[in-house]
Amino acid sequence: MPLAAPQDLEEALALVAGGARPVAGCTDLYPALGDRPAPSDLVDLTSLAALRGIGRSRAGWRIGAATTWAALARAPLPPAFDGLRAAAREVGSVQVQNAGTLGGNLANASPAADGVPPLLALDARVVLRARGATRRLALADFLLGPRRTALRPGEIIAAVEVPAPPPDARSAFLKLGQRRYLVISVAMVAVLVWPDAAGRIAGARIAVGACSPVARRLPALEAALAGRPWGASGLPEDPAHWAPLAPIDDVRGSAAYRAHAVPELVARALAAAMGQNRG
Amino acid sequence: MDRVAAPALSFRLNGAGASCDPAPGERLSHVLRERLGARDVKVGCDAGDCGACTVLVDGAPFCACLFPAGRAKGATVETVAGLTARDPVAMRLAASFQDHGAAQCGICTPGMIVAATALLRAVPAPGAAQVEDALGGVLCRCTGYRRIIDAVLAAAGTAPPASLHPGPSTPGGSGGQAAPRLAAPGGSGGQAAPRLAAPGGSGGQAAPRLAAPGGSAGQAAPRLAIVGRPVRRIDGAAKVTGAEAFGDDVAPPGALLLRVVRSPHPRARFAFGDLEAWRAARPGIACILTARDVPGRNAFGVIPAFVDQPVFAAAEALYRGDAVAAVVGRDEVIRALDLADFPVSWEPLPALADTPEATLPDAPVLFPDRPGNVMCRGFVRRGDAAAALARAAVTAEATFVTTFVEHAYIEPEAGFARLEGDVVEVHACTQAPVMDRESLEAILDLPPGRIRIVPTAVGGGFGSKLDLSVQPFLALAALRTGQAVRMCYSRSESMQATTKRHPARIRIRAGADRDGRLCGLSFEGDFNTGAYASWGPTVANRVPVHASGPYVVDDYLAQTRAIHTHNPPAGAFRGFGVPQAAAAQETLFDELALRLGMDPLDFRLRNVLENGRPTVCGQVFDQGVGIGACLRALAPAWRAARADCAAFNAAAAGPLRRGAGLAAGWYGCGNTVIPNPSTIRAGVTPAGRIVLHQGAMDIGQGANTVIAQIFAEALGVPLEAVTLVGGDTFLTPDAGKTSASRQTFVSGNAARLAGLALRARILRLANAGEAAVILPGPSGLAVIDGAARHDLPLAALPPDALGYALSAEETWDPPTRPLDADGQGQPYAQFGYCAQMAVVEVDTALGTVRPLGFTAAHDVGRAINPMLVEGQVQGGIAQGLGMALMEDYVPGRTENLHDYLIPTIGDMPPVETIIIEEPDAHGPWGAKGLGEHVLIPTAPAILNAIRHACGARLTALPATPTRILQALGRIP
Repeated sequence: MPLAAPQDLEEALALVAGGARPVAGCTDLYPALGDRPAPSDLVDLTSLAALRGIGRSRAGWRIGAATTWAALARAPLPPAFDGLRAAAREVGSVQVQNAGTLGGNLANASPAADGVPPLLALDARVVLRARGATRRLALADFLLGPRRTALRPGEIIAAVEVPAPPPDARSAFLKLGQRRYLVISVAMVAVLVWPDAAGRIAGARIAVGACSPVARRLPALEAALAGRPWGASGLPEDPAHWAPLAPIDDVRGSAAYRAHAVPELVARALAAAMGQNRG
Repeated sequence: MDRVAAPALSFRLNGAGASCDPAPGERLSHVLRERLGARDVKVGCDAGDCGACTVLVDGAPFCACLFPAGRAKGATVETVAGLTARDPVAMRLAASFQDHGAAQCGICTPGMIVAATALLRAVPAPGAAQVEDALGGVLCRCTGYRRIIDAVLAAAGTAPPASLHPGPSTPGGSGGQAAPRLAAPGGSGGQAAPRLAAPGGSGGQAAPRLAAPGGSAGQAAPRLAIVGRPVRRIDGAAKVTGAEAFGDDVAPPGALLLRVVRSPHPRARFAFGDLEAWRAARPGIACILTARDVPGRNAFGVIPAFVDQPVFAAAEALYRGDAVAAVVGRDEVIRALDLADFPVSWEPLPALADTPEATLPDAPVLFPDRPGNVMCRGFVRRGDAAAALARAAVTAEATFVTTFVEHAYIEPEAGFARLEGDVVEVHACTQAPVMDRESLEAILDLPPGRIRIVPTAVGGGFGSKLDLSVQPFLALAALRTGQAVRMCYSRSESMQATTKRHPARIRIRAGADRDGRLCGLSFEGDFNTGAYASWGPTVANRVPVHASGPYVVDDYLAQTRAIHTHNPPAGAFRGFGVPQAAAAQETLFDELALRLGMDPLDFRLRNVLENGRPTVCGQVFDQGVGIGACLRALAPAWRAARADCAAFNAAAAGPLRRGAGLAAGWYGCGNTVIPNPSTIRAGVTPAGRIVLHQGAMDIGQGANTVIAQIFAEALGVPLEAVTLVGGDTFLTPDAGKTSASRQTFVSGNAARLAGLALRARILRLANAGEAAVILPGPSGLAVIDGAARHDLPLAALPPDALGYALSAEETWDPPTRPLDADGQGQPYAQFGYCAQMAVVEVDTALGTVRPLGFTAAHDVGRAINPMLVEGQVQGGIAQGLGMALMEDYVPGRTENLHDYLIPTIGDMPPVETIIIEEPDAHGPWGAKGLGEHVLIPTAPAILNAIRHACGARLTALPATPTRILQALGRIP
């Protein structure tokens, strides 16, 4: 059997409960192998109807975990998802976007996962399924560290749920890399922002990736932004706003560089998001 | 096993049914190539980073290396071979790629064409930005991408595909074949190119312009105008269909597989456990090879006095990636091995990471006969640099630092070896088949007649495939097992084990008088040569000869050292150290110009080397010095771009600033002083077929086409009448290595002489006069002499030892004169010259740089094939752009193509290529070498442009956003 392709979710969960390794797009699996042979116990999740599709639920939106970046980029979603769709178009390349999935991106738990900041800004949670069990975790609680998640043995990511975004919410995503395509972020920023009736920022959610072991929201900055004039440039200044971040030095940039770049990216992403609203 | 069971996997492949039984989790790329014979699917990285293996699955592009084969069950899979045979869109792309010079080495071309086919099916008339998005996942290291964009846009048009064979067209080109010459200015649109106005030229993506300051070449007037014509590459059809056979495409079925065990540490003592027990416990392993299994000298190298790299380290590994053993056996067994349990124990030892620590008094010494870890030194002195600097009106100085740069050709090293009688045949990608054979003679302790090197197509080389890689392992294994043995380096193995560009640490000081005339230049460069010598001596010797740049410097002192560290061997990479030196020197010249208040172009023109003026080696050329013409050709674009940038910046409210920078370069073609003859053989078969034995390895640059053009022109026959035999060492004489920008120049001269000699023999046979026309035809050769026609009785002639009715073999070696103790002499018979301008946009808040356009003026003496000239220029600029902005090889850290970044299709702006033809008396039809020149000025031009844009003075490469913000004082 070259690849176990279960017919339905229950069969897949049974295989995974038996220790088999669930895979989706395989865009992280194969590169991580290096010269080693592929594991012989792969279970393909991508053919499962239960894991596909983007739809509205009572409380918001549900995105099947096996949804590819290409499908997400094409999906007719409201402006609150523009950031997520922009991230989808920034993942690797067309080839990788055709294969890679949202669920796989989360399970891989890279600090530079493109999908995570926009999903954090959407207050997304993951739906985890095991045989006879379903649980939901906020994305921030699911991601524990680099390459570490709260996924338990026998569990798979079934879907991502996004609560209905505030009315008129706008979003944006900026990825800072050293080349145009096929690039791992030096830093990335996702923002979601919505206005009040008086032309002020009613609320904002800011998430930053590649600047901490897992991407982080910036609650203090979000709080400080509320009530500012919609469309105002610049950011309220307070070093404490950036406290959740812990950028490091690596080949892609220094910690000091990241610390400098993030506020600039946040300001630009906010301007882009609010600019859309004004047409 | 139930033998009648249906195969586990069935799908449609290129319109036909295909089925097989893959291993669990097997990649689709492996299934296609190894189980279904689809070797048109090329594999470059096995990680989705390069896109060469792109195929369509149910119409959508995927990297086959990331696609579990089992998922293709029932699907429709299309590869480049199937598409270009059946799909009209892909067929148009295949023709257009050839017409535009969009395929050079051809290893990425299948991925490009497959991805472009998917785009054009969905979007029949895309814009350039859509092309970039669609092809952003396929890396190309040769072309610089712009001609690929042009080729896709042209294929999207309604023009019928051009002929697959070179046809008649007017020289210089607006004829039928010369499609790229017809490209409308700005035709590829999309990116906002700055106005790069030039005389007679247009902006953006204009076709290369020919500017011939010295008139036409001095040699015999072309009869057929084959020389000078931008014909398609004669091996292009195979490249666009995937039929081209590269190193991993040629192994016979059933060949054993070989994998190498390498040091995971930069320096370690090691000891093997019980190898025989380990082998015996694993059925299917044929043998294990270590240093004890090398029958001859366990060492190789490219410079006879510096043969120091073991095939297998004996007791101590000197770099991460040093080979210690090889495992050979049945393909599926070896592939499934986890070499982590190979019985070897490592004792890591303190390692030298960089040259400053390697030269400390207490540093460990890699080779006892190289005290202080100094492998060798280079030295050139002219006049008195110190005195001149002391009296200079202004001086400037810098310490300039560069990194390891990886060649990153998309084809990893690969090949196979087998025994044919008592001959060991090695089929592999290489830049230097005869050097490979000579090295194997010593390693295998065999005479030359028992070693046959059969080069495959080469999927990019850029210098690194001059050195041995897979060859000794394969030859040893074939001799040991008696069977065919293959191997292909993994991407990380290729990056770990093979040579790199030398990191340099340069201290440079230059002065000028009040009028801007150079007054003293001193240069000290330490080059990190890694664990073994490779081409380190060449770098140490070349740099002092070139570190002045193409200028008149009367008082000059240049000293270099090649210093060992525990790093991969640094070797040959496009320019042999000259690009690093030029980056230091050309940025320092901008600093001098700034201090003098002079325009950087004016400063360079004031000091430019001219005919009759001595170089820093005291060599005086009375002809052929074309750097002044290159710089003057840039002048209109330069003035316009500087003004445009100033206007943009004056109006800028945000963080974006634009700048224009330029740099010049020169490069001596051929070996430095040392003889490097080329021999070219040609014959006419009894049936009248003209055969050219062409041993100048085509690594994508186009030697197969250029050498054939030169030969056909000299012989006086159409290009398509010539059949090529490649660099097989049993069939073809030594045309030397493909390096040092020597093939067009040196092998080209040999080809010209061979063509003339064969022509003389043919005409003598017909008793025809010099002006007679040789007419190849299906039934033999005829000679038309005035009104008379002579059908040559070739079949009646006694064939020579090679089976030819007539043949000729000619050798040419460039004239040089040795350098004295001060480096004075005549190191090269010719130099090529170049000047490039870069226009960039710097985001001063983020430190990012977006190149907006290049204008490149290159003096090639005579453009044998302007399309190939342009291809070298654009591809070299792309490599220079990578070196300038992003490339940084860190052993153990950037050993793949997602951490080691090379430019993608979205990073390369339009290039205007200006071809200068200042003929050289020694070159064939005046031609000069070009291959190295093309990236020498690029990095300093970009650095100078960054400085012009925002004031950031960079003295280290690459100019990362971090370094740029540091230079601007924005971050510590």
